[in-house]
Amino acid sequence: MRIIVCMKQVPATSKVEVDPANGILKRMGTETKTNPYDLFGLETALRIRDKVGGTVTVLTMGPAQAEDMMRDAYSMGADDAVILSDKKFAGADVLATSYTLAQGIRLLGGADLIICGKQTTDGDTAQVGPAIAEHLGLPHTAWVKQICNASANFVQVRQDLGSLSQVSEMQYPCLITVEKDIHVPRLPSYRRKKLSEGRKVRIITYKDLLDQDLSRYGLVGSPTQVERIFPPEVTEERLHLEGNSDQKTEQLFQLLTVKKLV
Amino acid sequence: MELLKFNQERCDLCRLCINKCPFQALSMEAKGIAVNEKCRMCGVCIKVCPQDAIRFEQKAGSANKKDWNDILIYAEQENGDIHPVVYELIGEARKLAGKVGYDVKVVIVGAEGTRENAAKLLPYGVKKVYVYEHPGFEGFKADCYTDAVADCIAAIQPSIVLIGATALGRSLAPRLSTRFHTGLTADCTKLDIKSNTDLVQIRPAFGGNIMAQIMITDARPQFATVRYRVMEPADKVADIKGSVELCDVTDDLARSRIKVVEVIPIHRTKSISEEEILVVAGRGVKTEKELDLIQQLANSLGGQLCYTRPMVEEGHGDTSRQIGLSGRTVKPKLIITCGVSGAIQFTAGMNGSECIVAIDRNPEALIFNIANYCIIDDFNNIIPGLIQKLQAWKEVR
Ligand SMILES: Cc1cc2nc3c(=O)[nH]c(=O)nc-3n(C[C@H](O)[C@H](O)[C@H](O)COP(=O)(O)OP(=O)(O)OC[C@H]3O[C@@H](n4cnc5c(N)ncnc54)[C@H](O)[C@@H]3O)c2cc1C
Ligand SMILES: Nc1ncnc2c1ncn2[C@@H]1O[C@H](COP(=O)(O)O)[C@@H](O)[C@H]1O
Repeated sequence: MRIIVCMKQVPATSKVEVDPANGILKRMGTETKTNPYDLFGLETALRIRDKVGGTVTVLTMGPAQAEDMMRDAYSMGADDAVILSDKKFAGADVLATSYTLAQGIRLLGGADLIICGKQTTDGDTAQVGPAIAEHLGLPHTAWVKQICNASANFVQVRQDLGSLSQVSEMQYPCLITVEKDIHVPRLPSYRRKKLSEGRKVRIITYKDLLDQDLSRYGLVGSPTQVERIFPPEVTEERLHLEGNSDQKTEQLFQLLTVKKLV
Repeated sequence: MELLKFNQERCDLCRLCINKCPFQALSMEAKGIAVNEKCRMCGVCIKVCPQDAIRFEQKAGSANKKDWNDILIYAEQENGDIHPVVYELIGEARKLAGKVGYDVKVVIVGAEGTRENAAKLLPYGVKKVYVYEHPGFEGFKADCYTDAVADCIAAIQPSIVLIGATALGRSLAPRLSTRFHTGLTADCTKLDIKSNTDLVQIRPAFGGNIMAQIMITDARPQFATVRYRVMEPADKVADIKGSVELCDVTDDLARSRIKVVEVIPIHRTKSISEEEILVVAGRGVKTEKELDLIQQLANSLGGQLCYTRPMVEEGHGDTSRQIGLSGRTVKPKLIITCGVSGAIQFTAGMNGSECIVAIDRNPEALIFNIANYCIIDDFNNIIPGLIQKLQAWKEVR
């Protein structure tokens, strides 16, 4: 069984810098960490592999520095690590990111099960996973909070949809995105770190990919544009409601309804 | 729309796709199978092809904006009823539509009972509700729901598609936007429209540390998921002009590779830290009758009752409902404190709340230093009237 886990390196703090010229987030130079939600994806993959056998490949699209994250993934027990890295991939939105990752997955010969985190802390869309599934024509289940059963042929998962909890079953190949806390991610092990020291992290660039249509990658392949980025309004409002009790009550009622607080 | 791609090497010209296409959109031509303009992107051909020779070709390109008009809303169903976010989407869509002369249309997908739910939307001023009803749509299955909504989108060519940013909506929307090779903005909290029909989409990013304004200027349709409980729900209109249209659903269209095994309602009560509306009773609330009043206020707001520490120590409430340094930290949209002095050990657990309303009869109470709306009065003079007004307001809605 082949499992691919999509993981991303994100800025270590949520304080971010934006290039005012083009609205693209400046990533270089700032500290990075592994998207915390993706660790739950990796842990889920490792557990399924340990139960049914097979391999876990970690896949990312990002700068070559993502190797640090990949080394950590090796220390947690991943079997293989691949970085899709090329200047041509820069500035990608959901569509271009998911397309590039889908191309990477095709190049790797596909997978039985693809696992994504529920969302990233920088892109923050929770859309890349389902979009990959659509590019690859696979069924998917998002927001998975429990693996009820995983065998060599199918996976059965539980997800929360608002006030409902749904259990679904999918034959491979398929994709899931997993919730935080589905399992506790294991810590990187020193022993595995030592063992994987010489192991390579493969880098795939644009020219390796099957689809050589440039208009599908990076900024060019992205239909959304960030037009501007601005700080959220903080309403430091302080209002003393005046008048008699009935007038104050009426004012409060108006404020609550007009400001959509209720 | 040429968004289907045939792999000529794999295709063995079995014609199954031609025969199964519900729209006569495929034909055998000299060079193999060809797609014509009747294609509605429903994906039936992809599902039935034994050779796996057909797939969607998601390719960037500029749409001719004039060919894409109106606003389409996806109406989510939950527990056999319309999800309340749908009324908010309609309210917002009507505002946007009014600015550029668009109509508001709705698509709804589900099993038995869907057409009855569809009819409920007509009084809110929508032009058309497209219904895809089939037993195969029982339970949410991302793949065939996408096929059904894509079928509708391809048929009516909307400029904008709005979907509630619920768990279901955020699972469905990215598949749709990907299928049409266009943009999708997640979890918008504000929308506007330019005169050239470009949708201005504003959403919080980086955990709310910045706001991003996002545009989709070339591609159509423009997809956005919209956060629940942010937009104003639609009012009913005086005369209903819209209608319900039942769309054909073949078994193939409703076919899914996801098997729903079980759907059960979740009876989990939210902890006070997750709650959006809280009412706090402090030591100013002395009698059981008064406490009852505060509880009633919490009920009529649809929120939960919490306490300051002395109240818990005196046995009025549960420790899981205590706010403060030695209790829980909360960050609701609205918090109303009643008879709470506002000691630092208390406010440390709630000063991140979005809107703080304080009712206390002591004008010097510290709570007024952090409250957004300050009411210096006996809460007994305020709350009964407020409950009454809220009740009456709810009834007219
Ligand atoms: C180490 C430590 C940790 C603590 N942790 C917490 C904590 O986690 N949470 C917490 O809440 N406290 C905590 N405290 C206690 C805290 O310091 C305060 O004593 C407490 O918050 C006061 O609670 P209160 O506002 O309900 O009561 P009071 O301070 O007695 O205030 C009652 C208020 O009600 C008003 N009032 C009375 N009657 C009416 C009426 N009819 N209408 C309107 N207003 C009326 C009065 O004007 C007064 O302002 C802690 C203290 C310490 C030392
Ligand atoms: N650049 C990337 N490389 C690898 N995986 C990614 C990338 N971006 C997003 N993902 C995956 O998609 C999930 C959702 O991301 P997002 O849509 O950005 O919130 C993440 O948890 C990852 O699993």
